[in-house]
Amino acid sequence: MIKNFKKQNVWFVFTPYLWLVLFFFVPLALIFKISISVSEWGMPPYRDLFSLSENGFEINSTLGNYFFIFSDPFYIRSYLNSLSLAFTSTLLCLLIGYPIAFYVAKSKTSIRNILLIMLIIPFWSSFLLRVYAWKVLLQGSGIINSILIHIGLISEPISMLHNHYAVILGVVYTYLPFMILPLYGYLVKFDLNLIDASNDLGAKPLNTFVKVILPLSLPGIVAGSMLVFIPVVGEYIIPEMLGGSDKLYFGKIIWDEFFVNRDWPIASALAMSGIVILVFPIIIFQLMYAKYNFKNE
Amino acid sequence: MSEPFLQIIDVSKRFDNVVALDKVNLKIAKSEIFSLLGSSGCGKSTLLRIIAGFEKPDEGRILLEGKDITKLPPYVRPLNIMFQNYALFPHLNVTNNIQFGLKEEKISKEEINRRVNEILNLLELNGLEKRKINEISGGQQQRVALARCLVKKPKLLLLDEPLAALDKQLRVQTQFELVNLQYKLGITFIIVTHDQEEAMSLSDRMAIMKNGEILQVGNPVEIYEKPKDKYIANFIGTANIFNVLNKNNQIIIKELNYEVKNINNKENYVKCLIRPEKISVKKLENQSDNLNIGVVKEVAYLGSYTKYLIEVNGFEFYSFMQNSLVSDNLQIRWDDKVQISFNETSIYFFND
Repeated sequence: MIKNFKKQNVWFVFTPYLWLVLFFFVPLALIFKISISVSEWGMPPYRDLFSLSENGFEINSTLGNYFFIFSDPFYIRSYLNSLSLAFTSTLLCLLIGYPIAFYVAKSKTSIRNILLIMLIIPFWSSFLLRVYAWKVLLQGSGIINSILIHIGLISEPISMLHNHYAVILGVVYTYLPFMILPLYGYLVKFDLNLIDASNDLGAKPLNTFVKVILPLSLPGIVAGSMLVFIPVVGEYIIPEMLGGSDKLYFGKIIWDEFFVNRDWPIASALAMSGIVILVFPIIIFQLMYAKYNFKNE
Repeated sequence: MSEPFLQIIDVSKRFDNVVALDKVNLKIAKSEIFSLLGSSGCGKSTLLRIIAGFEKPDEGRILLEGKDITKLPPYVRPLNIMFQNYALFPHLNVTNNIQFGLKEEKISKEEINRRVNEILNLLELNGLEKRKINEISGGQQQRVALARCLVKKPKLLLLDEPLAALDKQLRVQTQFELVNLQYKLGITFIIVTHDQEEAMSLSDRMAIMKNGEILQVGNPVEIYEKPKDKYIANFIGTANIFNVLNKNNQIIIKELNYEVKNINNKENYVKCLIRPEKISVKKLENQSDNLNIGVVKEVAYLGSYTKYLIEVNGFEFYSFMQNSLVSDNLQIRWDDKVQISFNETSIYFFND
């Protein structure tokens, strides 16, 4: 096989890697470089790593940015807030998305395609617009408050916007399809005879779900949860638009450090720490999971 | 038949206005092997799924040992089903698949282990306990599926095309094993199959189904020798069907121009069946015989017997001859003229 590979084929294969290198590893390396630089006023607002002055060759590198962010509970708390948001919304997406995915996967082919399109259609409009729509819905003079006042449940508009519940709502709404689609992918392959077999062997519906359906859809649950959890940790726009001052999230802090405080090294150190803290456990988990799956194949 | 073990009373089922079962009635005795035989779409699988409880009939009732189980969910019915694709749990090993159903009952761990071991021995699955389902062969999977049902000690075992997924050699061997197993355990078996040979060799009795109706119920000999109509005659084995004329109290097989003499019942039959193995052919040595003479159109040598396609007056039919009955010097070849003979008791008359 390899022998017959022509040069253009090699390029064809390596294009995605090239993409990955250019648009992932290079920026990541740049951010890393900034994160170990020393902050200063200027443009760009950090000192060059290597400089040649009258004192000779100098290396202006520091791990101080990292020490700084890990010594300040403010940053740690914001990271924990983001982790908790990601955890809560992943769980909610799973609880809401699983029955939907199951229902779609088990409906007739003709209906199934319509349902899938309905899931995907919101992606045709801008993500910003969709989050903004929630802002309109939830605000004091918004539809929800108007209806509640109209039917007499409340007399004053309740404030539903600018708190972390609104953020969770926005995140769950936005990321739900990322949970449903991988789950659907696994559930649609599920052999319905297995459910019948389990029932026939005496397992009530709940036991059938726990002992048969759940373990066999685990890869879909893992994939969907990853697709929701990872981006939500760094989510910036939804907390910015729907959130308030009750909870600060990691993405917002990085933004503020970059653009408000113009402290690029601290912001970069935050971004790098966020990635490392999140990515290493996930890589280890994925490796273990792949090994477990391989053993079960 | 004493008190029927399983009774199916006027069961009907429609799917989106397509009739799958139309007022089906059936009585099955304890400890018998009963087959539901029919081509695809005849409703046999629907009937099996209704007995298992996966589908609810639109009308009718199912009685098991006199108790109405029509409305019971599958997980409380004292019966088990073996699926055509076995439906073994791919995330569990052989042992866990087999003990899956036992864990749903309130049985002690020791008892579960004892029963699992017993069934592993019975079905010769020892040594495979820890294997995953995709690590064992198709034949082994079939036995695990069987073990998973039998370990529950069901009163009734439903088998949906139990041998369809096996290759031919294994199928014949497994047929005998199934019958032996059933004899040993005394469990009532209901087998759904589209394979008539399988049904014939496995069953005590069988039902032929077509378009959601049961056409005939009987033991394999009855069904083969006395099919109710042309459809059943053709469905089971090879059938030579001739038209019958009733002229001035003479019963004549039209195509052969043969008068049936020894017949008491002179009802107005219109058709008759003579199975190919009951028609013998003999190479014609001298032309003087006044018996029926046919021409051999095709010869198919099949080892133990030979199939001949014979033409008489433009009508074609089959004769199967045991090769041990044909001597070498009288080998019948293509285009040979042959003398046809059959015993009159082999003729089965029926009304279309």
